[in-house]
Amino acid sequence: MIIATHVSAAYGETIVVDDVSILVPKGGVTALVGPNGAGKSTLLAVMARLMGAKAGTVSVDGLDVTTTPSEVLAKRLAILKQDNHPGIRLTVRDLVGFGRYPHSKGRLTDADRVHVEQALDWLDLTGMGDRFLDELSGGQRQRAFVAMVLAQDTDYILLDEPLNNLDMAHAVSMMKRLRKAADELERTIVVVLHDLNAAAVYADHMVAMADGRVVAAGKTPTLMREGLLSDVFGLPIEVHEVAGRPQAVFYAR
Amino acid sequence: MAETLTARPTHDLPSEGSSRARAGLWSRPGVRLGLLVALAAASVAVYLLTGLSGNLGFILGRRAVTLATLVLVATAVGVSTVLFHTVTANRILTPSIMGLDSLYIALQTAAVFVFGAFGASTLPAVPMFALELLAMVAFSLLLFSLVMGRFGRSLTLMLLVGVLVGGMFRGVSSFLQRLMSPEDFQVLSDRFFADFTGADPALLGVSAIVVGALTLAAWLARHQLDVVGLGRDLAICLGINHRRLTMVVLVGVALMVGTSTALVGPTMFFGLLSSHLAYRALGTQRHAWTIPGSILAGTVALVGGQWAFERVLGLEGSLSMIVEFVGGITFIVLLLAGGRRR
Repeated sequence: MIIATHVSAAYGETIVVDDVSILVPKGGVTALVGPNGAGKSTLLAVMARLMGAKAGTVSVDGLDVTTTPSEVLAKRLAILKQDNHPGIRLTVRDLVGFGRYPHSKGRLTDADRVHVEQALDWLDLTGMGDRFLDELSGGQRQRAFVAMVLAQDTDYILLDEPLNNLDMAHAVSMMKRLRKAADELERTIVVVLHDLNAAAVYADHMVAMADGRVVAAGKTPTLMREGLLSDVFGLPIEVHEVAGRPQAVFYAR
Repeated sequence: MAETLTARPTHDLPSEGSSRARAGLWSRPGVRLGLLVALAAASVAVYLLTGLSGNLGFILGRRAVTLATLVLVATAVGVSTVLFHTVTANRILTPSIMGLDSLYIALQTAAVFVFGAFGASTLPAVPMFALELLAMVAFSLLLFSLVMGRFGRSLTLMLLVGVLVGGMFRGVSSFLQRLMSPEDFQVLSDRFFADFTGADPALLGVSAIVVGALTLAAWLARHQLDVVGLGRDLAICLGINHRRLTMVVLVGVALMVGTSTALVGPTMFFGLLSSHLAYRALGTQRHAWTIPGSILAGTVALVGGQWAFERVLGLEGSLSMIVEFVGGITFIVLLLAGGRRR
């Protein structure tokens, strides 16, 4: 369980996350949704200790993220930001191998290598292990980084807009893998999504944010409501039942 | 917990480094490092043992001091540049580009101005060394704190401040140089470029301890440094205390560059040359390879260059100008190549 209590965060004088308290239950997929600038990515960064909070606390299974040693947290929680550009040239397998660093401290054991190969396999990258990251397409790169955090073998995986720059087929495939990782590997996935309908299909829980505050949080069906979503995004949004799932319709002429 | 992942059936794993094995023996970093070791050993042997005549003990002793100086500078500058590249996530800078050279020249100018050329050359060596080292370390830390400090990680800001402050030091130096006698200036201008010959053995000993200890520390932290090379966010994700490690590394870098500069004088682009030779030669950016690689590449360049200068061309003490010239060209090439890629 990740508990954020009265968290505020700011860039300089601009407050981006304003007194947010949320609880991310253990297990399943939790989606953070909201318009640009709502503070979703910042909240995620604070939860994963990438950024310091101005006020408030975050705990992961009872461990305070600001006081717990980073190496201890690295075995509990992994985070992937939107853009990752390692300063060094790496093969996919090398990158995924780095995911084992919290456990191996740089010396890969046979058990670590098994983890690496399984993570590659899980993301359909087995044939690409020896390719360099800069030789891959955007979708393959994205998968390589997800494989790295999967190999890290943490209970919690936080992902900041993993669908960014992916076409529909890749987006669906990514969401299916995340769903599967939650169901079969018992990982807790927290994901910032811009695609409401992806959240509606794949997330168990949703947190809707606007202007740095949490507007609503709960089980996915309770958030897929027209009035609520229209308010959050400042846009008329209709919600229709399609193939048994709520889907948001917002493109209008 | 995520036990299920381990519980899944294991697939036949490709043997470690299968791609490298496929790509041939020469692409293995170990083989390439071995080649660098051989080259470095050869240049050391050639430098020490060719053209011996006269008083062997005297000549060998003198050469040994120069050799030790060259290896020490190659180590300090090479390792510090590699570490600096890693923590700043930037490969076209060296820690000494940003004003350290002009600070050193300002200190030398001030010494000659106040004490005169003769007086400055008779100042006690060890306290002067300590003073210069202290000034340069303090200055670098002040600059480096701009990268990590509360202004965020602003490399641009650090560069700008470095260039501005460097300009100020140069201004002070050239003002003082105008006021001094031509004889004093002549003596002073010898110190504008690094001189690898005739270092004080006592200073050499102190420097060797400082540089040796820091290099050993860098070696022990090689895996952590690899993770830092992934960038700040991924390094934190993988459990590195990024802020603390970066500060520690920058302090070490400042000490190494300060030691090298106080020992022989400023070297601006040499680190760029040796680090990039190592990156290219080894084909990997793992610190287990690049740390020894940069030391060896720097040793080959300096010792080989010194040999060519002394014995082949019969010149004295202007090696650093050539090294800086080649290093400067490397810098421009890297800038142009980087610009094209983006």
